[in-house]
Amino acid sequence: MALLDVENLKIYYFTQEGPVKAVDDVSFSVNEDETLGLIGESGCGKTTAVFAILRFVTPPGRIVGGKIVFEGRDIITLSDEEMRLLRGKGIAMVFQGAQSALNPVMTVGKQISEVILEHESITKEEAWEKAKKQLELVGIGSARAKNYPHEFSGGMKQRVMVAIATACNPGLLIMDEPVTGLDVIVQRQLLTLTNDLRAKMHLPIIFITHDLSVIAETCDRVAVMYAGKIVEQGNTVSLYKDPMHPYSKALIRSYPSVKGEKRELKSIPGAPPRLINPPSGCRFHPRCEYAMDICRTEEPPLENRNNGRLVACHLIK
Amino acid sequence: MVKFLKQLESVREFVKLLWTHRMGRAGLIIFSLFAVVATFAPFLRTVDPNITGAAENMLVPPCSQFWLGTDDLARDIWSQVLFGSRISLMVGFLAASLSVFVGTMMGVIAGFYGGRIGEVLMRIVDFFMMLPTLPLMIILAAVLGPSIWNIIFVVALVSWPTTARVVRSQVLSIKERTFVEASRCVGAGDFLLMFGEIFPNVVPIIFAQAVLVVTWAIYSEAVLAFLGLGDPTTISWGMMLHFAFESGVMSRTPNWIAPPVGSIVVLILGFTFLGTAITDVLKPGYREVRGL
Repeated sequence: MALLDVENLKIYYFTQEGPVKAVDDVSFSVNEDETLGLIGESGCGKTTAVFAILRFVTPPGRIVGGKIVFEGRDIITLSDEEMRLLRGKGIAMVFQGAQSALNPVMTVGKQISEVILEHESITKEEAWEKAKKQLELVGIGSARAKNYPHEFSGGMKQRVMVAIATACNPGLLIMDEPVTGLDVIVQRQLLTLTNDLRAKMHLPIIFITHDLSVIAETCDRVAVMYAGKIVEQGNTVSLYKDPMHPYSKALIRSYPSVKGEKRELKSIPGAPPRLINPPSGCRFHPRCEYAMDICRTEEPPLENRNNGRLVACHLIK
Repeated sequence: MVKFLKQLESVREFVKLLWTHRMGRAGLIIFSLFAVVATFAPFLRTVDPNITGAAENMLVPPCSQFWLGTDDLARDIWSQVLFGSRISLMVGFLAASLSVFVGTMMGVIAGFYGGRIGEVLMRIVDFFMMLPTLPLMIILAAVLGPSIWNIIFVVALVSWPTTARVVRSQVLSIKERTFVEASRCVGAGDFLLMFGEIFPNVVPIIFAQAVLVVTWAIYSEAVLAFLGLGDPTTISWGMMLHFAFESGVMSRTPNWIAPPVGSIVVLILGFTFLGTAITDVLKPGYREVRGL
């Protein structure tokens, strides 16, 4: 059985204009020692989907259906206290935008040790030692434990976030756009760090990004999301080499390849649909160059095509 | 013991930091001056201030024996000023601690939980805020009787709602910041979020508020005592002014009213300086700007 199983997850935001189907019937799973990439345009429901894993959906949003099973327990049915203990110890998250995700008036060492103290019954001194070790682990060095967040650079702050998230040896790490807003050299360092952590701690990771190269760098499997649904899922290498869903194809075609052949970059025409009233049938059909009649009326199911590749498209039979 | 020494060390660090701030330095000097006077009042006094008829005549003008002269009961004014500082500092600190403690608790809880709990707490705050301060103080002091403890209680009672409001509004904005959500994400409970994450962010404001309450408490004590609601057996600056007023010779004895008035003004000024300096110094980044 997989470490995390998300089945038919539905999250709607109930607005005055009607329910916004931010995540609609999404299923995916993460196995032990595996990195799953979640990719898609802004507003396609990536972050909403993983927030649900931490049960962090706030009104007007609500989980209206589905199951999230982590280590055999359904997260949706846990009590608030069980959920609190799970966060950080079972599942931890590295936030988007480390600039604002650290408390400005506390030293980073204190912020790390506080998380440890919330989960483990050890003394403050022991927690402080552990916090220093965490800083060593992410390559900052224990000497800076007494520094405040404003004394660090953007990349270092992101490392501190990783140190906080991994402080209690979580079973699953979620990284929400961890490299967005950092320059490429710092991105590189952070990705190397992520890969190191995986190797050292055998930490399963869910990686959210809209950057294809980041996924290629870190993930074993990738799920492509479009308008609140997963349209294709499969092994990273094979999906990159041979995308099957028209949206994945277009996405990959719109991104330059450094090592591969030179080709013209093509953008995807149109804009993502409003999720209050998504298009009928396949949600991608208004922008799809291969759209057929059936695409407008019938929603394609996400089906296993060949060797583990899941695709939701009428074109592929 | 080690822990105590460590704390002492951090206090020393903090005072050093305040010393680098111009207003902080002025405030520290004024405050230490009064603290020393209050502590060593029994040694600095020239004549026991409680003895009536210490001088041969009442209303003796300043001379070598009675540095600031005597009042209408022939008590030494210099020694009364010395002992008055004790009452002012005590009322100031105790009232401020009580008021800031209650106000901060209410503010943090109301701001953090919001909803029904927040509403109920804030309606209580509104109720206390709506009460007219001075009449309430006068009535309470009159009903509870003339005692310094009642004055402390009354001052705390009417000043905590302001602190609660100020703290709540800060908490409301801070709890929406990403780091609170990030901290919740790694399993922080409500208590840690309130007092570990949010509270340190409101400390500068609480300090500023505390200093305001201290000055306000010192001033209120003087007002109540001047109106005759103080304890006539304890010597305070307000009481001195009260006696001066009652004696009917106030306009002709500047040596009687100037010392307590001056002391009140200077002490309040000192605290205001300290308050401003503390808020500045506690802002993250202050050390860097000063190159410390």
